[in-house]
Amino acid sequence: MVAAARGATHPSRDDILAILDTVKDPEVPVLSVRDLGIVRDVAVDVDGAVSVTVTPTYSGCPAILVIENDITAAIEAAGFGPVRVTTTFSPAWTTDWILPDARARLKAYGIAPPGRADTGGLVQLMRARPAVQCPYCDSYDTEVRSEFGTTACKSVCWCRSCRQPFEEFKAI
Amino acid sequence: MSTQTVSVTPAPAAPVNALFELLQRLGDDRLILGHRLSEWCGHAPILETEIALANVALDLIGEATMFLRLAGSVEGNGRDEDALAYFREAVAFRNCLLVEQPNGDFAFTIVRQFLFDVYAVVMLDALAKSAHAEVAGIGAKSLKEAKYHVRHSGDWMLKLGDGTDESHGRMQRALDELWRFTPELFAADSVDREMAEAGIAPDLTALHVQWDALVRDVISRATLTVPADAQRRANARGGRQGAHTEHLGHLLAEMQIVARSHPGAKW
Repeated sequence: MVAAARGATHPSRDDILAILDTVKDPEVPVLSVRDLGIVRDVAVDVDGAVSVTVTPTYSGCPAILVIENDITAAIEAAGFGPVRVTTTFSPAWTTDWILPDARARLKAYGIAPPGRADTGGLVQLMRARPAVQCPYCDSYDTEVRSEFGTTACKSVCWCRSCRQPFEEFKAI
Repeated sequence: MSTQTVSVTPAPAAPVNALFELLQRLGDDRLILGHRLSEWCGHAPILETEIALANVALDLIGEATMFLRLAGSVEGNGRDEDALAYFREAVAFRNCLLVEQPNGDFAFTIVRQFLFDVYAVVMLDALAKSAHAEVAGIGAKSLKEAKYHVRHSGDWMLKLGDGTDESHGRMQRALDELWRFTPELFAADSVDREMAEAGIAPDLTALHVQWDALVRDVISRATLTVPADAQRRANARGGRQGAHTEHLGHLLAEMQIVARSHPGAKW
């Protein structure tokens, strides 16, 4: 560890990716930053300096600074560094980048995973939205109670079948 | 017969001053409307609405941050997004007059939001194809958010417009009052023409046609009526050039006081 701290041990790209698998989204702790698809690039230079490029989920997402700090802390805690985390806005993040396995974990956690990101017209009203599947009983007899929930990425739904409120990860 | 001359002027790059103006307009619309929506915190009619308006405010302020950060870097005078947000005077703000109008009742806020949200989706959709890579990136990012913003405000247009006599009446009054602020969104000046010629921003005349069709469709489904042309001609404009209504100064006083009282403070 002392050797690593001095930079004598250089991590491989895979080492860094494995560390990033342990960094969770502060607001949805069953998902890692890699599950979410927000890690866009990882590079290790000849001196062992690590650079990680991330993209925010939402432009005003307050969690992005926490995520950047958590990434730096996790890599440093493994004895690697220095770490530089940079942010890119392009291409814009889409929920289509959330990995299939992560979708299953979201559902098990009680959050309906996002449907396909919308590619339709510019003005689509709520009543044209496809029904969300209840993560508890799998019924489609549900309604969106509020487009906006506890975080920017979630809406609040209600299942008429099992009479249970639940959250949905919004498709964007 | 003239001899061949060597051009000393480089090919016209993106005109920096016009680009700086454009980015301020895009950023300031979102900053000011985001601030207006945040004024609903603690006052919204129901909890879901409170959360919705705060969420939209947060998105708009996030989008403003991206546009104003790029504006500062284009200007090249060392001003970042905070310097632009907190240390410009009202005459330096470039937002349209629509977004600075006080919140009024919930109907007024929703109509203002709907008129802006449709403008945002058509503008951002065009900016996503901008010849300027960073503008295109911010446009594509913001468009995703604007699409669910308009889903929210459009849905309230239908619920309240096609609702009770009371809600219908309030929505119609709001539309009558706010419609005159909409021509400004599409009134092209030299900045807009320069940006359209450079392929950085869209032609506002075409944008107006697109906006008009989308807005009128929802308004008619909400059983509301677009105010007559006479009322529409009495339009208000000037925000893009820094001539604002008296409401902006009051808003800025509240928005800027902490940053100005404690310059350089971090929190």
